[in-house]
Amino acid sequence: MSSIEQPSGPANSTPDFEVAPGLQRHLADARVNVELDTGDMIINLGPQHPATHGTLRLVVRLDGERVIAADPVIGYMHRGYEKLSEFRTYPQITTLINRIDWLSSFANEVPFVHAAEQLMEIEAPPRAEYIRTTLTELSRIATFLLFLGEMGLQVGALTPAFYGFRDREHVLNLIESATGGRFHPNFNRIGGLKDDLPWGWIAETRNVMKIVLDACDVFEDLVLGNEIFQARTRSVGIIPGELGAAYGVSGSNLRASGVDWDLRRDGAPYLAYPELDFEVFTHPDGDSYARYWVRLQETRESARMVLQLLDKMPSGPIMAKVARIIKVPAGEAWVETENPLGQMGYYVVSKGGTGPFRVKIRSASFSNVSILPWMLRGVYVPDVVTILASLYFILGDIDR
Amino acid sequence: MSDLEVLTTRVTEALGDSIIEHAEACGNLVIRVRLDAWRQVAETARNSLGCNYLSFISGIDWMPAPTVGLVEGDTSTPAQPKDMTFGAAGSAGRFQVFAHVQSTAQHIAFTIKADVDEAEPHCESWVSVYPGADWHERECWEMYGVVFDGHPSLRHLYLPSEFEGHPLRKDFPLLAREVKPWPGLTDVEPMPGSESDEEPKDEAGEA
Repeated sequence: MSSIEQPSGPANSTPDFEVAPGLQRHLADARVNVELDTGDMIINLGPQHPATHGTLRLVVRLDGERVIAADPVIGYMHRGYEKLSEFRTYPQITTLINRIDWLSSFANEVPFVHAAEQLMEIEAPPRAEYIRTTLTELSRIATFLLFLGEMGLQVGALTPAFYGFRDREHVLNLIESATGGRFHPNFNRIGGLKDDLPWGWIAETRNVMKIVLDACDVFEDLVLGNEIFQARTRSVGIIPGELGAAYGVSGSNLRASGVDWDLRRDGAPYLAYPELDFEVFTHPDGDSYARYWVRLQETRESARMVLQLLDKMPSGPIMAKVARIIKVPAGEAWVETENPLGQMGYYVVSKGGTGPFRVKIRSASFSNVSILPWMLRGVYVPDVVTILASLYFILGDIDR
Repeated sequence: MSDLEVLTTRVTEALGDSIIEHAEACGNLVIRVRLDAWRQVAETARNSLGCNYLSFISGIDWMPAPTVGLVEGDTSTPAQPKDMTFGAAGSAGRFQVFAHVQSTAQHIAFTIKADVDEAEPHCESWVSVYPGADWHERECWEMYGVVFDGHPSLRHLYLPSEFEGHPLRKDFPLLAREVKPWPGLTDVEPMPGSESDEEPKDEAGEA
């Protein structure tokens, strides 16, 4: 026979669903796996694993190197903050919520303090709001610098990790010199701040912002431009924007999926953001590479915002007039902010008195991670680590 | 009309008679809906009002806490009222489920509440509308004992699977506080050997 017979059967059949071009390679490999039938294996990733920033356990069912199903097991760090809040007064709670997302503790305090201030119908003076905004952006920079370095580490590049930790140290020193705490500032008071900025802090911050901007250029060349990094992250862990929103994925993760939504610009006006000129970055791809790209741009934008804030910093008092014993009138308040890891919100229910009746803490990582069972289906084991690192969560922020 | 009034009109028109009551709480729209319309409300919010983003689902127990402020003279624990009062948009009984949905495109958001039965709290699951409801409902079931009908796998999220009780219910005691008073109280204990523990009695005797 001169003509070659076309082989028939599953090996040649096209799948009856649309496959993104980047996934074709995985699909072809998956077919090989089906033919060889390697059998399922259930293994534990974690609870102790460097990619998990705490104690996240992933139970994954594997077929060869491919994940069939993944179930995150959380709760190893559950500290019951919602229950503990009901037994504490408002000023005592800010100490607790410092420990939710321990990389950006200052940003955690802001929505809770705002919720209490809204219920009490007081406003912090402008200078306090500006200092709060500056410190929030500084904690964003510190959090993202760690990510920018550590993401390289997760895909096998050691050098960026050193750069990330080195440059983050400058920012942490700034936070420490202003608040007294590197990780847990506990600096917000209802109605303002504990202290004013120390002498020379503004000039020092300007210097550090130059270092941060330079570091962003370095990361852009060293990591984003790296071929191996691109090969490890492009089309790995794609989140479709609409699905991400339905899962409650927020922050940079959602913006990397093309959803143009940033509470600093689009939410109810808070802090000094309405007076700032800044850009919101989105990326259409929704993969791990896009998440890295968006966070890198946001680090740079945050540094520019800090410089703007320092230029515009008003003078004046840092505390509003607040009674010594804080009593919050009955009512309910929902305050959400754009935190480094995503949208963080507090639903505070007060029945009057010195403590809240119920505090619902909506933390960003909880919802960001809840999409993992969907994302990890069908990926390879090394990509699991890439995806975990690119989602960037803190276990304290998941478990609360 | 302010933005909130526009939103209130839109939401009340879209949801019709599912709404029992609506209120404003610090610039946030809170609506209370009928329990049998709980899932229907989510569908309308997502499909008609464009609220494609789920912030959270959780529960609330309006019973006054019998365990808060037990220790006499303990000013560090907040005092709570002893009668049952309800928050924005009211409630029919002790338990409520509440959720917050948002639109990423129109930048609108509101809170939805529904009353659930006290003896056998249950309501419909939102997983088919918002897939992210999965973990939130597991947490709410574990913490409040609210059963979500139609949830694919209602099992413990944070706590070990053999755990009994629902920790965020107000009648669930915080044992750490019952066993030992808040450290603020014990801080003022006199140093051993010092006579300062005698003095207050003397003063009291003189007075």
